[in-house]
Amino acid sequence: MDLRWTDAEKAFREEVRGFINANLPAATRERMKMGKSPTKAQVVEWQQILNKRGWAAPEWPVEHGGPGWTTAQRYIFREELMLAPAPSPLGFNINMCGPVIIAFGNKEQKEKFLPRMLNLDDWWCQGFSEPGAGSDLAGLKTRAVKEGDFWIVNGQKTWTTLAQHADWIFLLVRTDPNAKKQEGISFLLVDMKTPGITVRPIITIEGGHEVNEVFFDDVKVPAENLVGTENRGWDCAKYLLGNERFGQARVGASRERIARLKKIAAETWDNGKPLTQDIGFMTKVTEIEVELQALEMTVMRVIATAMKNPGSNKPDPTTSVLKIKGTEIQQGVSELLMKAAGPYAWVDGDPDMEGGTDQVVAEDPDIAPDWAFGLAGVYFNWRKQSIYGGSNEIQRNIMAKAFLGL
Amino acid sequence: MDFDLSEDQRLLQDSVSRLLGDKYGFENRKAYLKTPEGWSAEMWAAYAELGLLGLPFAEAEGGFGGGAEETMLVAEQMGRHITLEPWFTTVVLGGGFLRHGASAAQRAGIVPKLAEGKLKLAFAATEKQSRYDLFDIATTATKDGAGWVLNGAKGMVVHGDSADIFVVTARTAGGQRDHSGIGVFLVDAKAPGVAVKGFGTVDGQRAAQVAFSGVKLGADAVLGDAEGGLPLVDRVVDEAIAALAAEAVGAMEAAHVMTLDYLKTRQQFGRTIGSFQALQHRSADMMVALEQARSMAFFGTMSAQDADPVARRKHMAAVKVQIGRSARFVGQQTVQLHGGIAMTMEYAAGHYFKRLTANDGSFGDADHWVRVLTESGGLVAAA
Repeated sequence: MDLRWTDAEKAFREEVRGFINANLPAATRERMKMGKSPTKAQVVEWQQILNKRGWAAPEWPVEHGGPGWTTAQRYIFREELMLAPAPSPLGFNINMCGPVIIAFGNKEQKEKFLPRMLNLDDWWCQGFSEPGAGSDLAGLKTRAVKEGDFWIVNGQKTWTTLAQHADWIFLLVRTDPNAKKQEGISFLLVDMKTPGITVRPIITIEGGHEVNEVFFDDVKVPAENLVGTENRGWDCAKYLLGNERFGQARVGASRERIARLKKIAAETWDNGKPLTQDIGFMTKVTEIEVELQALEMTVMRVIATAMKNPGSNKPDPTTSVLKIKGTEIQQGVSELLMKAAGPYAWVDGDPDMEGGTDQVVAEDPDIAPDWAFGLAGVYFNWRKQSIYGGSNEIQRNIMAKAFLGL
Repeated sequence: MDFDLSEDQRLLQDSVSRLLGDKYGFENRKAYLKTPEGWSAEMWAAYAELGLLGLPFAEAEGGFGGGAEETMLVAEQMGRHITLEPWFTTVVLGGGFLRHGASAAQRAGIVPKLAEGKLKLAFAATEKQSRYDLFDIATTATKDGAGWVLNGAKGMVVHGDSADIFVVTARTAGGQRDHSGIGVFLVDAKAPGVAVKGFGTVDGQRAAQVAFSGVKLGADAVLGDAEGGLPLVDRVVDEAIAALAAEAVGAMEAAHVMTLDYLKTRQQFGRTIGSFQALQHRSADMMVALEQARSMAFFGTMSAQDADPVARRKHMAAVKVQIGRSARFVGQQTVQLHGGIAMTMEYAAGHYFKRLTANDGSFGDADHWVRVLTESGGLVAAA
């Protein structure tokens, strides 16, 4: 039993950090340090830099362009990106659709899609949720009917993240309406430029445009775009959803934000002294730091198990622990960041947001310090974390049924 | 990064697990509680035979040669069965002082007997005013020729009523709350001037009030630096926190399993109560608390070996906070999900709850340590 990083792993971390420092565009880092999401152009630029280095898809097998890393190296790489902070490789491409095509796709699909996914020549989005199929995903109703060499798709997807950027969408569609719930579903790849697709923005409570409704009206999809076996798309969906072992732990991201919170607290005065001297406030910070430290060790345990059983897709109860705790911690930190800003948090100052103040106001230091803009927005927005990816209540159902035998 | 046990560690874990599985069922424990000592002399002998009493000492000194991981494994098993014997006080606390503070000669006089089960230690540190601050010491040790004279009183000395030797903190210089001027002494429980008043604690353990009036100590009674004993105390307590964390994880796991078994068998409204989602989710939350605690017990075992006292203390504070929070939640929910049966003395669940509560309070509860950690700047540096 040795619970520390090996020297090789430490050296790898240095290598990654050195690469990020030398190659991450300053504007991207600055923007992310302010707690904002990177722009589309920044995400694409950075993923292409990573791709040139062979690091765009940490988890992919070497023959499809992966770097051949151990689980520990993948974790270290992703943690360093979060700490920088730098954009992560686009999850829809690298962690969702790509692995499904690698596992279930045919040769033509692999050759056509994977290299463009790696280089982010195509931006993918995920068409799973529907108005009537949220936590109960298998209740989806979007239909695909075979007509000659095409599938004709009709229906509606929702909560489609960044569909406004997307070139392609991967869809779960019902191809056999008479089969049992999970058995009549197929996994389909659709070009977003196909006639009949309408993207309508959903503006979330903080004013941001992240998610969309996507409507399909007699959309003609070439038959060769079906992945795996017809009516066996639920296998792809389960594989995709089970692929993310580290869940939403995002330890590095929380650590980066706690470090920023402490800097803000040191510069913020409350009751005649810096907020860092307010034992009540700082105790809340400490409580979260402790939870985060425990979560990091939980991640380590998952990594150690994964390294012992490479290739195993066995469900692990700690994945649900990581989702629940990881999101609770991120939400907690976002709330403390907002609280630290005090009254300044209430300036609706993010120019990227719908209804947000214009750029002039956002950059006016007389109104509020620059770091305060958008903190409330992040707090409001991050309430989504305990809802998406299998809500935290669904995670508890999974634990009770699969691991506790209840 | 490797959480696997070595072959020897697995053997140790198996043999302790087997021994306690055979001899430490809840009914056995009830019988041990009724003995005059409040614990089992037979089990004590069995621990000695298995090498658990000599566990952390070098083989050359008559010990088992185990390290922090071995202590963790044994403590976890002890927690599973909420054992009553003075293993933690003698081996982890007493043993810690002997390993880090005693000279080879001092150890030679104690370790072989300790490992054979013929000698027990207890740590006498807490005083009326000190609460969790172990540097807050009114007990004095004053120079007397080559030796010392000890005066004062210690409370809540866990397993003090069966100890043969006390490890006593005493002020050798400075004011009551100074961090320097503290000496650590080995005191024979039978020495003239030592008065021991034993009592039971809520979790079924034993403890004692120990008074020292004019107790004469030889020059060889002091452990290390007679005025610089606090770093030694901190180091031993940090190791003790790691062991307490492992013990708590064992107790939490047993309490959780017991609760799940109950949910699967207890029927109300014509079905097992485990079929109700409210109770399922509570059980899942218990599992989250348990897994976070298990992670921090590993972290504690790793951190307690850190040579840097400042980083080590911060990490152990974090361990104490997480373990305390998890122990409270798992303990309380064990009782809640069982319902009335867990309120009874004859059922095991309540005893786990009580031990977990006392475990949190040992060497400072989570609230104490969250303050200490906050005042020392927390775990993450500002950007």
